Amino acid sequence: MNDTQPKISLKDVRKSFGSKVVLDGVDLEVGRAESLVVIGGSGTGKSVTLKCILGLLRPDAGTIMVDGEDVTRMRGAERERVLNKFGMLFQGAALFDSLLVWENVAFGLIQGQGMRRGAAKEVALEKMAQVGLGAEVGELGPAELSGGMQKRVALARAIATDPEIIFFDEPTTGLDPIMADVINDLIVNSVRSLGATALSITHDIASARKIADRVAMIHGGKIIWTGPVGDLDNSGNPYVDQFIRGSAEGPIQMEVLRP
Amino acid sequence: MMIIDFLARIGRLFIGFLGTAGRLSIFTGVAVSHCFRPPFFPRLLLQQMISIGYYSLPVVGLTTLFTGMALGLQIFEGSSRFNAEGSVAWIVAIGMTRELAPVLGGLMVAGRVGAAMAAEIGTMRVTEQIDALTTLSTNPFKYLIAPRLIAGTTMVPFLVLIGMIIGILGGYLVAVNILGFNSAGYIQNTWDILETVDIVTGIVKAGVFGFLVTLMGCYHGYYSRGGAQGVGAATTNAVVTASILILTANLVITQLFFSN
Repeated sequence: MNDTQPKISLKDVRKSFGSKVVLDGVDLEVGRAESLVVIGGSGTGKSVTLKCILGLLRPDAGTIMVDGEDVTRMRGAERERVLNKFGMLFQGAALFDSLLVWENVAFGLIQGQGMRRGAAKEVALEKMAQVGLGAEVGELGPAELSGGMQKRVALARAIATDPEIIFFDEPTTGLDPIMADVINDLIVNSVRSLGATALSITHDIASARKIADRVAMIHGGKIIWTGPVGDLDNSGNPYVDQFIRGSAEGPIQMEVLRP
Repeated sequence: MMIIDFLARIGRLFIGFLGTAGRLSIFTGVAVSHCFRPPFFPRLLLQQMISIGYYSLPVVGLTTLFTGMALGLQIFEGSSRFNAEGSVAWIVAIGMTRELAPVLGGLMVAGRVGAAMAAEIGTMRVTEQIDALTTLSTNPFKYLIAPRLIAGTTMVPFLVLIGMIIGILGGYLVAVNILGFNSAGYIQNTWDILETVDIVTGIVKAGVFGFLVTLMGCYHGYYSRGGAQGVGAATTNAVVTASILILTANLVITQLFFSN
C-alpha cells in the first residue's frame, strides 16, 4: 500500500430508486488523512453516496474502493472487516435509546471489538471528556439530552474505536450557530488527533469552510466541482457560486411552484 | 383498453405479492440462520424472554381464565339440551389444550409483543439506529432479530402451558361453584380424558405462533419507512398479519395432527 493511493475512491457510481435517478455517475476521491466535504442541496444524493460507501445501499453500477479494495460486492465477514475502519456520525445522532449514554459510546468497543464492559467504559468516558461531556452524563439515557449534547455523544461514539475513516452526515443540522461551531471544532480536533480520513456531507457552508481541506459539490447526482477549500469563493463555477451565496437566482432551480 | 388496464392492474398486484413473498422468505431465512450462528447475545435474549414470557403472563392468564369459565357455562347450557351435562369437564379440557389456550394466547401475544416489536424496530429504522448498528460492526439480524425470534419461539409455549392450566381451572371454578358439580369428580373426569397428544398439539401450536408473531413484528418493523406514519402502519400490519397467520397455521397444524 503506498501513500499516493486514495483512501476512498468512487468511479462512476450509479444508483436509482425506481425511475428516480439519484446518483448519475459519481466520481470522487478522498486522500489519506484528508478532510473532504461534499456540499449540495437537499435531495441531490449526498446521503445516498455515504450509504453506498458504507454498504447500507448497494449501487447499481460503478466501483467503490477503500484502501484499494473493491467493497462494492462485499458481504458478511469481509464487509464487517472493512466496516471496522469506519466511524459515522448520523444526522439525527441515531443513539440507541434502550442503552445508557456511556453504553452507546462504548458500543463499538464491546460488540465490534469484544472489549470487556469495564475497560470499554473507561475508554468511553475518556472519549466523552474529549467532546466536553462529564462522566455524570454517561449514566443518563439519550432521551434526556439536548440536541447539541446528543450530537456530541454521537461524535464520541463515532471516534470511540479510533477509526481510520469518519463520516459526518450533516453534523451541524438542527443546532444553533454557536453549538454548530462547537461541534465543528470538535470534529476538526478529533479528526486531527486520530489522523483519520474524514468525509462529511453538509449544506452548511460555514461548517464546510471550517472542517474541509477540500470541497466537492454534488448536483443532479454528479460531482460538478472539486477544489481546495480556499478556492470556494472563486471557483468560477456558477452552481457553486449560487450555493455559497444561498441565492434563489442562478442555474440551480428548486422545484417550487412560482406564484 | 379497459380490459388491458384491468389486466395490468391484476398483474401489478400479483407481481407486488410475489415481491413481498420473496422478501419475506429471504428475511425469514436470514433471520433463522442468524439464530444458530455466533456471536450470540445472551443478555438481550434474557431481556426478550422476560419481556415476552413473564410480562405477558397476566394478559394470557386473564384471557384463558375467563374463556375457560365462559366455555364451562356454555357447554353446560348446550349439553343439558340432550342430557349430557357430564361432558363439561372433558370439553373444557380438550378445548382449552388443543385450541383455545394456544390460539387466544397467540393472539394476545401478537397484540402485546408483536406490536411493541414492530414499533421499536420501526422507530430504530426511521431514526437510522439500525444503520448505526451496522456501522458499529454489529449485524442487526443478530442483535435485534435473532434474540426476539428465539425468545418468542421458546417462551410462548410456556405461556400457553400456563394458560391451559388456568383455563381448565376457570372451567372447574364455574362447574363446582355455579353449576354444582362435585369437585373430585370434575378433576377425575378432566384427568381421565386428557391425553399427551392434547398437550403436545397445543404446545407445538404455541411454538409456531410465537415464531410467527415475533417474525411479523421484526419483519414489519425492519422494513418500515416514512417516519411516524410508517411506524404506525408497520405496527398495524404486524398485528394483523400475525393474527391471520396464527389462525391459518392453527388450521394447518390441526389438520396435520388429525390426518393420521
